[in-house]
Amino acid sequence: MEALATQLAHIDTEPYYQSIAEEVTLFEAAHAQRLPVLLKGPTGCGKTRFVEYMAWRLKRPLVTVACHDDLTTADLVGRYLIVGNETVWVDGPLTAAVRAGAICYLDEIVEARKDTIVVIHPLADARRVLAVDKRGELVPAPAGFMLVISYNPGYQSVLKEIKPSTRQRFVALDFDYPEAAVEAGIVAREGGVDADIARRLVKLGELTRNLKGAGLDEGASTRLLIHAAQLMAAGIAPEQACTAAVARALSDDADMTDTLDDLVRAVF
Amino acid sequence: MSERRLFAAELEARLDAVLFASHSHRSATGIAEGLEALPRVQQEKLLDWVAVAAQTYAEIGYLIATLAPQAFVMLDDASFDAWVLAGLDAFDRDGGRAAMEVLRDLEGFRLKLDGDRPVVKFAEIEARLSRFLQGLSGRPLGLSISASGADAWTDTDTLYLPGQLDAQPQAGANRKLYKTLATMLWAQARFGTFGSAHCDLDAALAPWQGTEDQERALQWLAALESVRLEARVTNELPGLGAEIAAVRGLWPPSLEPLLVRLYQADATLADTLACLAECMRGSAEAPHLPHAVRIDPAIALRVRAERIARHKEILSRAIHALKGSAGHPGQRDEVMAQLAAEGGAAEINLAEKVSALPPEARAAAQSLLQDLGEVPPECLLPAGPGVWQATALKGDAETLASQLEPDCRYDEWDYRRKAYRHDWCHVFEADVPAGAADYVGAVKARHAALIRQIRRRFEMLRGENRMLGRQPEGEEIDLDAMVDALGDRRAGCEPSARLFCQRIRNQRSLAAMFMVDMSGSTKGWVNDAEREALVMLCEALESLGDAYAICGFSGWTRTRCDIYRIKHFAERYDDAVRARIAAVEAKDYTRMGVAIRHLTRLLLRQPARHRLLVTLSDGRPDDFGDEYRGHYGIEDTRRALQEAREQGVRSYCITIDRHGADYLAHMYGAAGYTVLDDVKKLPLKVADIYRRLAS
Ligand SMILES: Nc1ncnc2c1ncn2[C@@H]1O[C@H](COP(=O)(O)OP(=O)(O)OP(=O)(O)O)[C@@H](O)[C@H]1O
Ligand SMILES: [Mg+2]
Repeated sequence: MEALATQLAHIDTEPYYQSIAEEVTLFEAAHAQRLPVLLKGPTGCGKTRFVEYMAWRLKRPLVTVACHDDLTTADLVGRYLIVGNETVWVDGPLTAAVRAGAICYLDEIVEARKDTIVVIHPLADARRVLAVDKRGELVPAPAGFMLVISYNPGYQSVLKEIKPSTRQRFVALDFDYPEAAVEAGIVAREGGVDADIARRLVKLGELTRNLKGAGLDEGASTRLLIHAAQLMAAGIAPEQACTAAVARALSDDADMTDTLDDLVRAVF
Repeated sequence: MSERRLFAAELEARLDAVLFASHSHRSATGIAEGLEALPRVQQEKLLDWVAVAAQTYAEIGYLIATLAPQAFVMLDDASFDAWVLAGLDAFDRDGGRAAMEVLRDLEGFRLKLDGDRPVVKFAEIEARLSRFLQGLSGRPLGLSISASGADAWTDTDTLYLPGQLDAQPQAGANRKLYKTLATMLWAQARFGTFGSAHCDLDAALAPWQGTEDQERALQWLAALESVRLEARVTNELPGLGAEIAAVRGLWPPSLEPLLVRLYQADATLADTLACLAECMRGSAEAPHLPHAVRIDPAIALRVRAERIARHKEILSRAIHALKGSAGHPGQRDEVMAQLAAEGGAAEINLAEKVSALPPEARAAAQSLLQDLGEVPPECLLPAGPGVWQATALKGDAETLASQLEPDCRYDEWDYRRKAYRHDWCHVFEADVPAGAADYVGAVKARHAALIRQIRRRFEMLRGENRMLGRQPEGEEIDLDAMVDALGDRRAGCEPSARLFCQRIRNQRSLAAMFMVDMSGSTKGWVNDAEREALVMLCEALESLGDAYAICGFSGWTRTRCDIYRIKHFAERYDDAVRARIAAVEAKDYTRMGVAIRHLTRLLLRQPARHRLLVTLSDGRPDDFGDEYRGHYGIEDTRRALQEAREQGVRSYCITIDRHGADYLAHMYGAAGYTVLDDVKKLPLKVADIYRRLAS
């Protein structure tokens, strides 16, 4: 049955994560106090990387679930399958994480269906149990287990909001793009470029973020800046790399792309 | 001369008089209609030219009148004259045929004109420059032509630029000069030309205040600052720095010795002032630089102080609103620290409640940080509700348009203020009264073949629908569900009965709102076409099963924005709806922004995954009076569409305004509209366009 069971990721080598503020300490405290955590922040600002890092640091296995609107309770909790002539129960990722005392990371929680989200409620409060209804089983979470969810407050549509009853079970950590010098360090290291180029890329990021709400839905994320850096590290000229990885990735609007090109030229 | 535009009938009469004085075998009706929308000045200009041309050859006059609406869009007034003259020249030289060719080739004429003249006009660069500056500064800076029309300066709120530039031999170079001037002005505000807490510009200039050296001191100040600012810009934005250096050329000899001190990434105003004192000890005039800008400390300092006061107040009010009137003075420091650290963070923590600062207050905080380097503590004192106003509201005449209590109110975007006017537009909703019962039937009979075709195509779309699993009933067994259930039963728990797949008619989860222009200009065949188009749309959508609603809009000033319901989302396409379609008629004006906002709100209430707002229109946004006409209306509409997009509503515009391309792309985005060249095609095309959008 091994093949059917959820794979727990054991992170053995330290992932590169540049701590921004007190988030590491806070996360550790939450873990020690068995509190679930909500990560808020724009796309590509390091939430996933942070969770990987914390899993390594706390020496817990990590289970990541990318939420989508077809995700059913069974997909999370588990289901019976028939193998040969017998029925076999297969834990879903959430159940597997609870049993293993892992960190379970539900990415982009707002994408999940509302009726699915409620199964995490008893896990996320003082009860710390997961109800596996079909087996009539209550799985208590061991001390090491931790629930982490993330969402991007920038995209809030009327249909996609976390209900207060969900939200208020979590300790909330705010993520944002780090300050320039720190972000440049991240871009240099992840993108494999020198400090000067990284600094300019971060500047470009800052300029595009100034256009948020004035024609852009979002400015360039750290991730996009790293992409541009990686293209440059592969020998693409800076202007071209930024145009492809940043300007075109941010907008299709002709006026806006012109402006983004202007900003790229201002920096390089 | 009166401002009033001439109506088609008046134009026709005057055209007839000059064109067909002798024998009249054709009529000026069609032409006159095309000219009706032009401003009076242009109408008069054209009539003059037609008269002149007709004296040479009536056909030329006729052609000029036909092409005029297009020519006025493509050419400025001076070029318009040049275009007519080029045509008349060609006639004199090579005869009628050549003249016609010259006149028809408007595009070629314009290209040649641009090639000949390096002039770049403010209007050409304004939009792009404005976005660029928004990117640089993160706060909207106004752009405007300076009073003298020739110099460049800033009051720190608005950048004033020359009305046109032609100093360089190529248009491209003049465009660069514009950008450089704007950059230098932005840099003045950004890098502390007007002083900071530690350095008082006013005091430093006092020695020359009111003396004959005052002007010379200001010119030196501008020259010295241009050195310092260039270094600062280059340090932060090397690419832009290089562009400035290219425009500047070689340093003037008199500035060279000062470069060691001023051309430094960390030079401050204090360094400039020290050099200034030195330069003023001599008697030399300041050197002239190609990108010279003026510094006007008095106005700049006043505007800056006003802005700081305004933003302090906005912030205080926002914090007040969050706190409730009691306020918690103890937490002020905490809030301040957060704001300072995060540059106007989106959320602040008050009384253990995380609350979002409204965007306005966030912008104010950010702006204060730019002006002062910190958010001053006193503005975190709560202040009473309300929005700060620079001047008391002027009494507006239009308020008399309606004293009724509106169904709802909407903000409107004022691009000159770069701010919303709050609760500015009053919306009234009403059903369209029932019209002729047999209208829809008649249209269907007339277009029977087309409707059959539309239906077939849309049914094909519907065929692509997927199966919905885990249903209590349906045409197929859901294998996944079956396996689950078998497993459950064997394991002794109650299996689910939802074991079927069902082919669902509408799994598309798309809600569409059609916004129909019912302004006065649609009177006549536009309106007929709109009504027929609605019939086609309803036929198409009924066979597709998408949720849809139809609303007309029109109005008369901001206090009377009417939304006419034709079909609600919840309503069936029944006789009542058909009768309302029949009664769609031309009413008043086209204030588009508010209609978009209102219909977006209605759309958002629909539980669909995708939402689409389709506008059928015949022209640009417009309203009674001058306020909404032109730029203002276009910018407000663009803003409203942007708001809609941010909320997940996609917009599309179908229009018959041939001159639409210039503003539609700006409002809807390059791929957001279709211009039909003939209104009669509207009913034929509309279903097809919808199909493209919704599949
Ligand atoms: N603080 C950081 N330390 C190290 N790397 C970082 C940091 N922040 C961002 N990155 C880099 O940015 C990339 C994107 O971050 P990540 O995938 O964690 O974003 P995210 O917040 O999960 O985005 P999304 O919401 O889109 O999933 C990472 O692959 C990593 O290279
Ligand atoms: Mg992620």
